[in-house]
Amino acid sequence: MPRRLGRKVLPFLFLAPMLLMIVLAWVAPLILTVYLGFTDLSIKNLLAFIKDFFTDRVQRTLENFRRIFYAKDPNIGETLRVTVLYVASVLSINAVYALLLSIAIAYFTKNELISMILRITWLLPRITPGIIYALMWIWFIDPQYGLLNKMLQAMGVPDGWLPDSWLLRKPYSQMLMIMINGYVGASFGMIVYTAAIKSIPPDLVNAALVDGASEFQVARRVIIPLLKWPILFVTAWQTLSLLSSYEYILMVWGAGSGGQYGIARSAGVMVWSLYSYTKAFSEYLYGYASALSLILVVIGLTLIVLYFKIFGFKRLMEPSRVEV
Amino acid sequence: MVRVTLDNVSKFFGKVKAVVDLELEIRDGEFVALLGPSGCGKTTTLLMVAGIYKPTRGRILFDDEDVTDLPPKDRNIGMVFQSYALYPHMTVYDNIAFPLKLKKVPKQEIDRKVREVAKLLQIDELLGRKPAQLSGGQRQRVALGRALVKEPDVLLLDEPLSNLDAKLRILMRAEIKRLQKELGITTIYVTHDQVEAMSMADRIAVMNKGRLQQYADPQTLYNKPANLFVAGFIGSPPMNLIEGSVVEENGAYYFVTPSFKYRLPKEIGELVASKTSDVILGIRPEDIRIVIGDGDDTAINGKVYVVEPLGRDLLVNVKAGDTLFKILAPADLQLESGQDILMAPDERKIHIFDKKTGKAIV
Repeated sequence: MPRRLGRKVLPFLFLAPMLLMIVLAWVAPLILTVYLGFTDLSIKNLLAFIKDFFTDRVQRTLENFRRIFYAKDPNIGETLRVTVLYVASVLSINAVYALLLSIAIAYFTKNELISMILRITWLLPRITPGIIYALMWIWFIDPQYGLLNKMLQAMGVPDGWLPDSWLLRKPYSQMLMIMINGYVGASFGMIVYTAAIKSIPPDLVNAALVDGASEFQVARRVIIPLLKWPILFVTAWQTLSLLSSYEYILMVWGAGSGGQYGIARSAGVMVWSLYSYTKAFSEYLYGYASALSLILVVIGLTLIVLYFKIFGFKRLMEPSRVEV
Repeated sequence: MVRVTLDNVSKFFGKVKAVVDLELEIRDGEFVALLGPSGCGKTTTLLMVAGIYKPTRGRILFDDEDVTDLPPKDRNIGMVFQSYALYPHMTVYDNIAFPLKLKKVPKQEIDRKVREVAKLLQIDELLGRKPAQLSGGQRQRVALGRALVKEPDVLLLDEPLSNLDAKLRILMRAEIKRLQKELGITTIYVTHDQVEAMSMADRIAVMNKGRLQQYADPQTLYNKPANLFVAGFIGSPPMNLIEGSVVEENGAYYFVTPSFKYRLPKEIGELVASKTSDVILGIRPEDIRIVIGDGDDTAINGKVYVVEPLGRDLLVNVKAGDTLFKILAPADLQLESGQDILMAPDERKIHIFDKKTGKAIV
């Protein structure tokens, strides 16, 4: 009998450290976020709140959600617009552009060495530490000393066309936000797609060529349809990760404590998650910040369900009956 | 339909020489098999004809047109792959229609042709299915349909039967042969199975290590193998190949090994002795007669080692000294292990190869 018990218990024993991590780093914060979202917790009542934690004395309120949905917070509309712009544009780079890039690298580039060099080039921003990547951009776009303006001038762009500040002047600041995130984000899709393209049996591509397809038609009619699952995966993953990501915006636009709120907002790069972060850690409105985050979670889950419906998730998850 | 000519074609992958100086002509409407062990360059050759690989050297001609630099889509070829390579995301109908769609054939015409081919191959019931829902044999037919629907000038088949079970393979063998004769399409068929090649092809090109060994009709390959490789590769059970030397004693010629001595017919002996002395003697299992009791003086003494009944006949393993012979004998012959017998090779069916070059002398 102990042997049988061991069989049941042992897996969980091995999984325990991981499960503990998930509970501590994911489940607990999620519950906390939900809970805090319905309170008016801020720096002012923090001590009292800790004392009354999870008791009836904590005041529960819908005020946070009223602020968001009834536009009592004047910044909500603008934040939402910037978030949609950010997620949609960077997603199109990370999922769609990365797909074209991968086909170019893994299919049209027949030379294996060149293909590898291209892949590594696109991986560089990802393997660079984030803060250095951000710094490089800040130096790169510096209007006086940066390389970008010098390059544009050398290419013959008149001085008058160059913005006085890439960092602050809209829409350049927003273009910059998209570029910074897209450049680092495209490599994720590229890794997934190139691996998937390389795993397509060469016979299938050869068959299409013999059937009379041009290289371009092979890409469009054979390769892309076969990448359905990777495309779903990258799109879903990237949407969720973009919705909650703000670190590069914070690092580039948010130098100094407390100051980031002003700069990011006037530059038009204040995305929802950064807004939530600012509310929590610059204005110390923990309850309100949690409510803002909670909305992101709900949007994220809704999107997942939507994606799975569109792509026929269940069918894709079935064990495949044959190898292609 | 066209005549396909491979003019001194070579293909190297880095240092690997996949195909070396291949000269081959396939006549209009002919069924030619490329036969050889895996890695002999036969599939590479096929892919060069298809246009997937570009030859490192040499030219490929369809009739008199040089197609060496033409991409596959401009060659009008149909091809069936070993893995079938059906598009998993398309139905059977769309798979077959794919080459026509790429040619921008009108929709009604596509529909007519797809149904026609499907009917010919008896897969008209399956048109709505996806490849994953088909059996191996059905997939094979769909692949064949996709290759035939565009009415190709050349049909290329890369081991199309190797994924089928033995029974279905024999069935499809006959069917492909009949279809090829009916449609009269110039066909190149790659296989490592000599029975397939022998039973289907008009002519067989035997390849080994990237080089053409012999190109002839099945009977010639079987009866007059050009070298040791062909002799050993064609025929099942394979030809007995025995190392030895030819010596002359008192005007008679003998094939001598440490285990036995065999008197060669005079004219053969003279011919061989004039060229070399180190030779390999080849004799097919069905060309040796087993004699119990007294035989003539050319017979070889042997001891039955083991008997394998094959149903229609017996495969008898006989040892003469250390040399093992495989002999096909009538099924009703009564033999026991250890029994002493005589082996009488059919003089007219003896092959002798030069040991150094491997080339046939007789």
